[in-house]
Amino acid sequence: MIRVVLPYHLRNLARVGAEVELSLAEQNGERITTNAVLDALEQRYPMLRGTIRDHASKERRAYLRYFACGEDRSFTPNDDPLPEAVVEGAEPFLVVGAISGG
Amino acid sequence: MSSVRVLVGTAKGAFICTADGARNAWNIEGPLFGGLEIYHINASPAAPDRMYASQATDWFGQVVHRSDNGGKTWETVGNEFAYEGETGTHQWYDGTPHPWDFKRVWHFEPSRTDPDHVYAGVEDAALFESKDGGMSWKELPGLRTHTTGSDWSPGAGGMCLHTILVDPTNPQRIFVAISAAGSFRSDDGGVTWKPITKGLVSNFMPEPEAEIGHCVHRIAHHPTRPDTLFMQKHWDVMRSDDAGDSWHEVSGNLPSDFGFPIAVHAHEPETIYVVPIKSDSEHYVPEGKLRVYRSRSGGNEWEPLTKGLPQKDCYVNVLRESMAVDTMDECGIYIGTTGGGVYASPDGGDTWNAISEHFPRVLSVEVQVLP
Repeated sequence: MIRVVLPYHLRNLARVGAEVELSLAEQNGERITTNAVLDALEQRYPMLRGTIRDHASKERRAYLRYFACGEDRSFTPNDDPLPEAVVEGAEPFLVVGAISGG
Repeated sequence: MSSVRVLVGTAKGAFICTADGARNAWNIEGPLFGGLEIYHINASPAAPDRMYASQATDWFGQVVHRSDNGGKTWETVGNEFAYEGETGTHQWYDGTPHPWDFKRVWHFEPSRTDPDHVYAGVEDAALFESKDGGMSWKELPGLRTHTTGSDWSPGAGGMCLHTILVDPTNPQRIFVAISAAGSFRSDDGGVTWKPITKGLVSNFMPEPEAEIGHCVHRIAHHPTRPDTLFMQKHWDVMRSDDAGDSWHEVSGNLPSDFGFPIAVHAHEPETIYVVPIKSDSEHYVPEGKLRVYRSRSGGNEWEPLTKGLPQKDCYVNVLRESMAVDTMDECGIYIGTTGGGVYASPDGGDTWNAISEHFPRVLSVEVQVLP
C-alpha cells in the first residue's frame, strides 16, 4: 500500500482526504517508482491527469515538487525506485505545491 | 418573469449571481473553485444549465469543469489540448523563434444549437473544439499553421486567442482575435483562415499597417448584423461593415481610445459600449472615474455613463472578457473590474448597481437570461 499526500487543491479536485492509499505491489522484481505511483494515481483519479505532470511529456509541473522520507525527489529520475519505507506504506509520497503567488 | 444569471470568473474563483428581471437585488453563490484562477465561465445558449469553466494556474495547469445543472455541481472533463502535428515556432518578445506551448484556455464559445459543441480559444494562440461536451478537444490547425503564424508574437498578457464569434446566420463563418497577431476570419468552419486587418494602424509596429502584429483586444457584433464588427484595439476603436475586409476608426470624442472590452446592445445594433482607460502604460480609468462610454451611432459620438459607478479615487481596469449584455426587453449591461467590482445596468447603461464591489480581480463576465 502506497500512501500519497496531495496539495489542498488537488485533494478538492479528486474529492479525497489528506491521504490517498494506492494498492501497488512490486511485480516480477520491478521496483515501484515515482512514475508507477503517479500512473496509478491518475488511473484511479482521472481528473488529476495533466495537473501534476504534463500530459504529453510527463514532466513534473514547475510549481510542484515530490518529497519522500524527508528528501526532495523532484530531480531524481522518475523511473528510480522509491525508498522501501514508501513502498511499505510507512512513509507517504508527497506532492507539494510551491509557496508562491498572491 | 424572466431572471438573469451572471457568471463571473476571478483570480480566486468563480461566482454565480442571480436576480429577477429588475436586476437590482442580487443573490451571490461562490466562490466556486475557491482560490483558483477561473479565466472564463460560460454557458450554452442551447442548454442554459450546461456551463464550462476554465481553471488555469501555474501550479496545476489547465483544468476544465463542466456543470449540467446551472452550476450546482461540477465535474472535470478533458484538459488535454494537444496541437496537431509539428508545432513549429512563433516570435518571442525579443523577436527570436519560440516553440508553440499550450498554457491555458482563455475563452469558451459554446454552440448556439448543440450543448456538446464548444470552441476554446487558447494561449499560445490556437482554436480548439469539442463535440462531446468537453470530454475531448481537437485543434482546428488551419489557424495556427496559417502562413503568417511564425510571425505572430505575444502581447503583454501572452499570445492568447481571446475572442471567438460565430456568425449566427452562417456557422461556417467564424471570427477570432489574437493578441498580438490580429483578427482572422474563416468562411469554411475553421479549416482555412485569412487575416482581416486592412485599415488597422498600430504605431508601435515597424510597419504600422502591416497585415500581422496588431494587438486586437476584443471584437463584437450584433447577431442580426454579423458582418458589422466593432473592435477595441490596443489603441483605437474600429468598425468594419464588410465582415472585417476593411476597418475604419470610430474613436471620435472618447477621452482615450485605449481599452479592452467592447460590446453591442442586444436590440440596437448601432449602440455600442467601451470602457476607456488612460493609456497603454497606465491601465486604469482616467481621472479616477469608472465610466462606461456609449455610442448610439455605431461610434464616433460617445457619451459617458456614470450613474451608480465610482466617480472618485477609482483606479481599476475592465479586462477584455469582463463586459457582457443581456437580452432582456430593456437590455442589461454588466462589467467587472480588476478591483473586484461587478456592476449591472438594467437600463442600457443609464444607471448602475453593484452586484459586489469586493470580489477578487475579475477576469470575465458573462450573462444569461433564464425563463
